[in-house]
Amino acid sequence: MIKIKDLHASVEGKEILRGINLEVKEGEVHAIMGPNGSGKSTLANILAGNEAFEITGGSVEYVGKDLLDMTPEDRAREGVFLAFQYPIEIPGITNATFLKTAINEIRKYHGGEEITAKEFMAMIRNKAEILGMSDSMINRYVNVGFSGGEKKRNEIMQLLMLDPKLALLDETDSGLDIDALKVVSEGVNKFRSEKNAVILVTHYQRLLNYIVPDYVHVLSKGRIIKSGGKELALELEEKGYDWIKSEQLEENPA
Amino acid sequence: MTNSSKNIDVRNWYLSGFKDFESKLNGESESYLHLIRKLAFEKLGNTEFPTMKNEEWKYTNVNPVLETNYIPAFISEKTVITADDVNERIYTGFDCYKMVFINGEYSEELSDMENLPEGVTAGSIRKLLKEQPEIVEKYIGKNLYKENAFNLLNSAYATDGIFVHAAKGVVVEKPIQVVYINGSKDQNLLITPRNIFAADENAEFSVITNHSGIEGKSYFTNIVTEGFLQKDAKIKVYKLQNEADNAYHIERAEVDLKETSIFSHYNITFGGSLVRNDINTELNGEYCESNLYGLYFGSTDQHIDNHSLVKHMSPNCESNELYKGILDDSSRGVFNGKIYVRKDAQKTNAYQSNKTILLSDDARIDTKPQLEIYADDVKCSHGATIGHLDDTAYFYIISRGVPAELAKSMLIRAFVDDVVGKINIEPLREQINHQIFEHLHRVEI
Ligand SMILES: Nc1ncnc2c1ncn2[C@@H]1O[C@H](COP(=O)(O)OP(=O)(O)OP(=O)(O)O)[C@@H](O)[C@H]1O
Ligand SMILES: [Mg+2]
Repeated sequence: MIKIKDLHASVEGKEILRGINLEVKEGEVHAIMGPNGSGKSTLANILAGNEAFEITGGSVEYVGKDLLDMTPEDRAREGVFLAFQYPIEIPGITNATFLKTAINEIRKYHGGEEITAKEFMAMIRNKAEILGMSDSMINRYVNVGFSGGEKKRNEIMQLLMLDPKLALLDETDSGLDIDALKVVSEGVNKFRSEKNAVILVTHYQRLLNYIVPDYVHVLSKGRIIKSGGKELALELEEKGYDWIKSEQLEENPA
Repeated sequence: MTNSSKNIDVRNWYLSGFKDFESKLNGESESYLHLIRKLAFEKLGNTEFPTMKNEEWKYTNVNPVLETNYIPAFISEKTVITADDVNERIYTGFDCYKMVFINGEYSEELSDMENLPEGVTAGSIRKLLKEQPEIVEKYIGKNLYKENAFNLLNSAYATDGIFVHAAKGVVVEKPIQVVYINGSKDQNLLITPRNIFAADENAEFSVITNHSGIEGKSYFTNIVTEGFLQKDAKIKVYKLQNEADNAYHIERAEVDLKETSIFSHYNITFGGSLVRNDINTELNGEYCESNLYGLYFGSTDQHIDNHSLVKHMSPNCESNELYKGILDDSSRGVFNGKIYVRKDAQKTNAYQSNKTILLSDDARIDTKPQLEIYADDVKCSHGATIGHLDDTAYFYIISRGVPAELAKSMLIRAFVDDVVGKINIEPLREQINHQIFEHLHRVEI
């Protein structure tokens, strides 16, 4: 689904991604872990089209297209979705208006019909139920007055409503209590299918008990320094990141 | 022509026109208002129109207003306005009383002031001056001081305006909507509404002033408004300014609050080429509250200047001021909010904020908070920000597939939401939201 090749990016002249290589296929879940400031959010944001970062090299092929050549709007319409680490509040715009607008724009792009009010309400009620959210949130302004955990839940609400091909989840688990973590994970698992893929950024192995990844990658200083199966997360939990860094040093002495 | 000679020429024009105007007043030249007119006329003779050298007018050049010799509407040819013209302009979707003024003159036939509660006197000042002069005389001119040349010009030529008085304990449930329709196809008009809002003890009412224009010659609306709130009274004024593109609009409002009264002003500017508002409140009793909210939307080369002065004269009062604006194209904004706290106005709570978003590189705002605090036990905060639409929020929205233009509209709506949200007449909020996008030429959300 997506092939990232030697991706380099910087912000304000500072290089943050220093040659990322990653391939994700339909049906797969990839977890990205790594220390604070290693570039995880940067990678997710670049894939979604955030222009705050300058791409200085490499390529990204997504469903056979040049992803980096597409506007953020078109990426969304082609099925890329980023659940933000820090979701944004939009006063004056209700969740319903926001989601309906997004759904209709995506449909319009594919030459489809606008969603009917009835269809929309049925859909949003169904998703709200999966995520244990009350109906009243539908008419609240996007994320305004939501608690940290509620905002994360609302990101997953958007994920389920927009039903993308490639979901990028940036620390969706942080700020969630244990029950919310289960509910949100269940939401993501409901979303998973043979046709879509998930890249999830997390600091905690705990999430991976609920959303079991096919691969785990460790990002450090803008590079993937180790990849493995789900057991890698357990190993990291036990030993910390220093263990890989020293292993790296042995493999590639400076 | 130099600025100062222009200043003198235009004053001579207004001064020389006064005799003719006076001769057409007939019986009305006997009224109390005429004493005010004559006094103002005399003072205008030796008061210059403000220039940018004057600190209060530092960022606003009034020369464009002085370039044309406007004809006082009272002595001009009459413009014909129909009920359809009113219906095109009136805010709908809620019950209200209706007053219509055509170039500042009350139109009985287009207005609908039926079934006012007992104890409410509301209507045309001109008419009331004939029928119940004492009730108008009690208020008119009582709140004015340090009048500048524009205020004097209003006083000299004022003939009509809104009068609302609610007696002790009377609550007027429905708002009074005042539709001003200004301008003429053939003449440049000077329009000088003179308004009085007075609420006695425990009385409450709301007024919506809806200022609109017709396509035609440039005109100059120059308003003076006085407000009087007795103990526990509540007055809300929603000012929705939709003057014509080629119009000038100046208003000075002076509001006097007695103990535990609440005055709320919602000042929304869409129209006008040059706009200046002075909205001043004086808190002359304990535990009263002044709320000044404002929104301004500038496009093309509009110039919108909002000045305010909140005077805390008594202890334990609260004042809130929140002004927000969006300026596009080469429009300019000015915000000057002054908070004055007298020495014995202890336990004052004063809050002020001004935020502006510039949508274009040529738009500009000059913003200046001014605090003059002589009491020591005071909570006072103020802040001003000038910025652009938030990049991160913009990315969040477009990353959901929303097109760029619509995303910007969402951010505009998000920006104004806290001020629009203060208006508790829902259909009015919706119409204002609609106008915002129309005025800024943006897709509506
Ligand atoms: N807009 C920006 N301006 C300047 N520096 C930035 C910007 N965005 C990110 N950075 C820097 O890039 C580096 C990588 O940041 P990023 O947010 O991708 O890290 P992360 O791996 O997601 O960290 P965390 O685990 O704390 O979320 C950090 O050093 C950060 O300070
Ligand atoms: Mg991050």
